[in-house]
Amino acid sequence: MAPLRVIVVYPELLGTYGDGGNGVVLAKRASWRGIDTTLIEATADQRLPEGDLYCLGGGEDAPQTEAAEILASDGMLGRSVANGAVVLAVCAGYQIIGRTFTDAHGVAHPGLGLLDVETKRGAGRRAVGELVAEPIGAGLDIPTLSGFENHAGLSVVGHGAQPLGRVRVGVGNGDGTEGAWSGRVVGTYCHGPVLARNPALADLLLGWALGVDTPLAPLGDHREELLRAERLRAASRFRSWRFRSH
Amino acid sequence: MSSPEGLGAPSPAASWRLGLAVRAVRVINRGVRLLRLGSGTVAGGRVGLAIAPGLLRSLLAGRTTALVSGTNGKTTTTRLLAVALGAGSGAGSTEVAGPGATAVVTNATGSNMPAGHVAALADAAPGAMAVLEVDEGYLPELVATARPAVVVLLNLSRDQLDRTNEVRMTANRWRAALAGSPATVVANADDPLVVWAAGGAQRCVWVAAGLRWRFDAVGCPACEGRIRFCDGWGCDCGYRRPEPAVAVEDSGGGVVAAFADGRRLPVELRIPGRFNQANAVLAAVAAEALGVRAAVGLRAMQSVDAIAGRFAVHSIAGAQARLLLAKNPAGWAELLDIVGPSRQPVVVGINARVADGRDPSWLWDVPFEALRGRRVVATGERCLDLSVRLRYAEVDHDIVRDPRHAIARAAGFTGVADPSVALNRGADGATDVGAVEVNAKVEFIGNYTAFHDLLGR
Repeated sequence: MAPLRVIVVYPELLGTYGDGGNGVVLAKRASWRGIDTTLIEATADQRLPEGDLYCLGGGEDAPQTEAAEILASDGMLGRSVANGAVVLAVCAGYQIIGRTFTDAHGVAHPGLGLLDVETKRGAGRRAVGELVAEPIGAGLDIPTLSGFENHAGLSVVGHGAQPLGRVRVGVGNGDGTEGAWSGRVVGTYCHGPVLARNPALADLLLGWALGVDTPLAPLGDHREELLRAERLRAASRFRSWRFRSH
Repeated sequence: MSSPEGLGAPSPAASWRLGLAVRAVRVINRGVRLLRLGSGTVAGGRVGLAIAPGLLRSLLAGRTTALVSGTNGKTTTTRLLAVALGAGSGAGSTEVAGPGATAVVTNATGSNMPAGHVAALADAAPGAMAVLEVDEGYLPELVATARPAVVVLLNLSRDQLDRTNEVRMTANRWRAALAGSPATVVANADDPLVVWAAGGAQRCVWVAAGLRWRFDAVGCPACEGRIRFCDGWGCDCGYRRPEPAVAVEDSGGGVVAAFADGRRLPVELRIPGRFNQANAVLAAVAAEALGVRAAVGLRAMQSVDAIAGRFAVHSIAGAQARLLLAKNPAGWAELLDIVGPSRQPVVVGINARVADGRDPSWLWDVPFEALRGRRVVATGERCLDLSVRLRYAEVDHDIVRDPRHAIARAAGFTGVADPSVALNRGADGATDVGAVEVNAKVEFIGNYTAFHDLLGR
């Protein structure tokens, strides 16, 4: 059997917020279970390789637009998704895989259209802080999502996709929902990296990529459980503080 | 009517305010130090600036000034430059190092915004040279206020993810501030963003000082194309590495500063690390621009064994701990190189307060894999974030939230228990292996507040 191929997409453009860690988490969790895995950091000066699982991260404005243009002309990501590849896209990456996104100058750019999401620039302050969301929708059998958001975008999820969760603390998409998913494509505003803080989401994506219906063998995520409990406690304090100050 | 700020002598009223402001800075900072409330470098400065907003300009007027900025190495380079110019150390101190040496005033504690500059300068002798470490965001303001003779630009990379200080924006602001400046800019030719920032200045001295962290430098600042690192660096648009006047080179016997004029000066320091040797060369070139020969400056730097507590060995919890400070992935990569050769236990301390940046996701940009096989203890307020990172780096470690307990634990002292977190060795968090061999020498690497909390106690 060919090894599972995990591709971190353009880390030099979409690697500003440590999201390359998502690829590391996926590759390690697969290999710890004895699954032959290859982790590839794919830079934008080469054709995007064929893969089973693609990770896109957050990035600054100019690199975000550049990455969107290169991915569109490269074509591999769209073809792979059509063939069943799994995508996890965070922040700027999430905006890129939507239909359109708006840059800091107010210019709209076409996205890759892999998720039915449109992102505009928010008029208010940048959303920076802990983000907590409750997963919603059938097929997303995972616990509370925990992450750290840092973005100025407001995203609207269309009928072709569904929100990943309902926001408990933070901003997320800006309308009370957070992220989006459709088929095997997931977008989120959670850094952390998101899969380090949410190992159940990592295993869900791995299960999709491996084509297995039964849950993967547990890995003893004790310290992840402690980290999650700590961050959820910290976020709830943050929320009560914020409500008081308004 | 008062005269416009910076033109001609101030009016009597303005002059009175400036005098009052200086006295306020001195009194408050002495009080703060006397009462041991802090190092006395910010509070007085803030009050002084509130009384007289033109205070910093006034304190710098007529002074020969050098500014040092960049993401990593500011405090070290500032100190080395001050030493090279013949100064002593200590915040706001003005000392004469010996016959013929120059009096130098410097903000040695790393308080690198205007309040810290004012605090350092309030006690300075009128003719003393000023060597100021400057926060990256304040460099444009300081260039305008100080009219420096020399500006040293070290490097630019990601720092504090929860703020929107994109490094390219910083580079553009520096470039605008330095455009047309008569200052001699001593700049790292190996960092494309630094070269872009320095490019507007009338006189640049390029130093090939190296650049270990390149992920923030791949976007071409001139055309938004792609920088390629091969035989220097360059972009298809023609923007490329300038020919350096000085290069930091490895020779058989150690690191040398190789000047285009043929001089090859050994760089021998007591503080560790290749990046500190590069900082020393930048400082020596800056000192030369201010009239002190580079060979003389480099020799003077050999006396420095610690920088504001960094690199020094402290006795903590019965162990001998060398304290190292790293604030961002580029800095961490350098420090992991430093601790690499020794087999001593390593304590890693992570906080995520405002001064550290509240998002510790950058931990995933740090090559912690280098610690595999070492005795490692994770500590600090965000030790759990670190622990998860170390798990995926396959670095066995203990978690001890309190840094002093963590150092004792790393040293192998038994009976050290931290009830807050009880997780122990094994990548899968399995079992406690119990007491380990005592090794009283420990490396502690912390980020900003983790380091300062330990140093301050």
